[in-house]
Amino acid sequence: MKWLNWIWHLYYDGFRGMTLGKTLWAIILIKLFIMFFVLKLFFFPNYINENVQEGEEDEFVSEQLIPQHL
Amino acid sequence: MNHLLTIDTAMVDWARAQFALTAIYHWLFVPLTLGLAVMMGIMETLYYRTGKEFWKQTAKYWQRLFGINFAMGVATGIILEFEFGTNWSNYSYLVGDVFGAPLAIEGIVAFFMESTFVAVMFFGWNKVSKGFHLASTWLTGLGATISAWWILVANSWMQYPVGQEFNPETMRNEMTSFLQVALSPVAVDKFIHTVLSAWVLGAVFVVGVSSWYLLKKRNIEFATKSLRVGTIFGLVSSVLIMASGHHSAYTVAQTQPMKLAAMEGLYKGGTDQPLTLISAVNPFRQPDYERQDEPPMKIAVPYALSFLATNDIHGLVPGVRDILDGYTKADGTVELSLEQKIERGRCAITALQEYRKAKKGGAPEVILNELRTEIKENMPYFGYGYVRERSQVVPYIPVCFYAFRVMVGGGCLFILLFALSLFFIYKGKITEMRWFHWIALLCIPVAYIVSESGWLVAEFGRQPWTIQDMLPTWVGVSHLGSSAVMTTFFLFLILFTTLLAVEISIMCKQIKKGPEL
Repeated sequence: MKWLNWIWHLYYDGFRGMTLGKTLWAIILIKLFIMFFVLKLFFFPNYINENVQEGEEDEFVSEQLIPQHL
Repeated sequence: MNHLLTIDTAMVDWARAQFALTAIYHWLFVPLTLGLAVMMGIMETLYYRTGKEFWKQTAKYWQRLFGINFAMGVATGIILEFEFGTNWSNYSYLVGDVFGAPLAIEGIVAFFMESTFVAVMFFGWNKVSKGFHLASTWLTGLGATISAWWILVANSWMQYPVGQEFNPETMRNEMTSFLQVALSPVAVDKFIHTVLSAWVLGAVFVVGVSSWYLLKKRNIEFATKSLRVGTIFGLVSSVLIMASGHHSAYTVAQTQPMKLAAMEGLYKGGTDQPLTLISAVNPFRQPDYERQDEPPMKIAVPYALSFLATNDIHGLVPGVRDILDGYTKADGTVELSLEQKIERGRCAITALQEYRKAKKGGAPEVILNELRTEIKENMPYFGYGYVRERSQVVPYIPVCFYAFRVMVGGGCLFILLFALSLFFIYKGKITEMRWFHWIALLCIPVAYIVSESGWLVAEFGRQPWTIQDMLPTWVGVSHLGSSAVMTTFFLFLILFTTLLAVEISIMCKQIKKGPEL
């Protein structure tokens, strides 16, 4: 418990005492929001998961990669 | 519809451009993190040993700049993983089991280790003992370096795919030896060379920022002492990087000879090869390597390329045409011609096609085994089965050629910078040399250009392969329209430029504010 208390105070006091750190954390959070809730959700779907049913990925990729004219 | 018959070549270009943009942007932050981590560790060690408040404040100042850079760079590499799943889905599916392992280890072990000790480093000054704090500072740097190790292992595996085997049933490359992947000679070389280059950049940054204070005639003691630490660390790192660069070139010559030929503009190779200092390679178009033997107006150092590539001044270095036509190596083994490799690659693809048909049709195990053997024998050339023209397997020579010279030239420039700095420190004149302070300050952006050039050499030089010899870029991409990728490219460009402007602004403000001494 003593250790947990110590860790809690390390972070609590550290975050409370931040000056420049507050700006940096704000930038980090905005950046993570843009990355995960805008870019990942709307612009970066998993292409294979979107186009294939689970378990058929190997067939899909093999169809993509094996040229029919060989 | 078969993917390869309808692939949009613009999609390949945009996907590559987007990946390059993201990687270049990410690499703006990483080297300064790695370099400053050591610098602040040294400063704090000086505080620990001397007990002087001066070194404590100096360490805290560089830690503040480290923190800004760390905060701006954090998670920028994750975007690369988004791109794998969306733009490079065939690549991701085929090699995800191998490639994903080092990335996962990086995320779990190194990132968390780094994050934990970063908190102690910033929040723990008055809460933990001097020794514990010092250990946390060094462990922050060690965590960042281990993080770099796993990312570089993943990158090196693409350049030298060892420790894996293709499974035709699952259509995936599966890891057979973790140690071969983690400790491949390419990974070891790349790690040493990359980390040393980051240390040099960190040292240039410290010397440059310190020089700015000297130009402004403020914080003189802080600037002089920081400059001294940066100079010694930078000089040692710069000399070490020359040795690691030589070893990297040797490894490239063994594993990716086409890359070395492109870096050198060597169209027709042979023994006793000179190293080109400079020549008139047209920067805007691929040279006619089929007809020319070497670029025009070449100034070269005799025997140096043979020594660099083989550790023997008379060693054989193949040129672009030799690699395309096939050649006999010094040990007597024969490197196949492009036509032979294409034939082997087509055999692998055909055998794979037949295997999957036979498996579906319930063919007997003996037939499946024969086909498995045929796939395995020809798999090292799998990617060549998709090649139609000789030009497709030759990287864009102008970028490789000039980026290599910028990298090496920059490395030599930094040795000179640190040597001059040491000389002026020794003579007690470092505070007076205003012209030197200007040069040191201007070297900061130069160090970034040099550092990025190293990556241009590494990544342009391995084209067209996403996985060396096994998967060309136009096969690794997803079947998307180029407009979708183009849109996200520009979104990234706006996002990255904004973040970079914010970082530079915050960093400059903190530098102007100076240390709390």
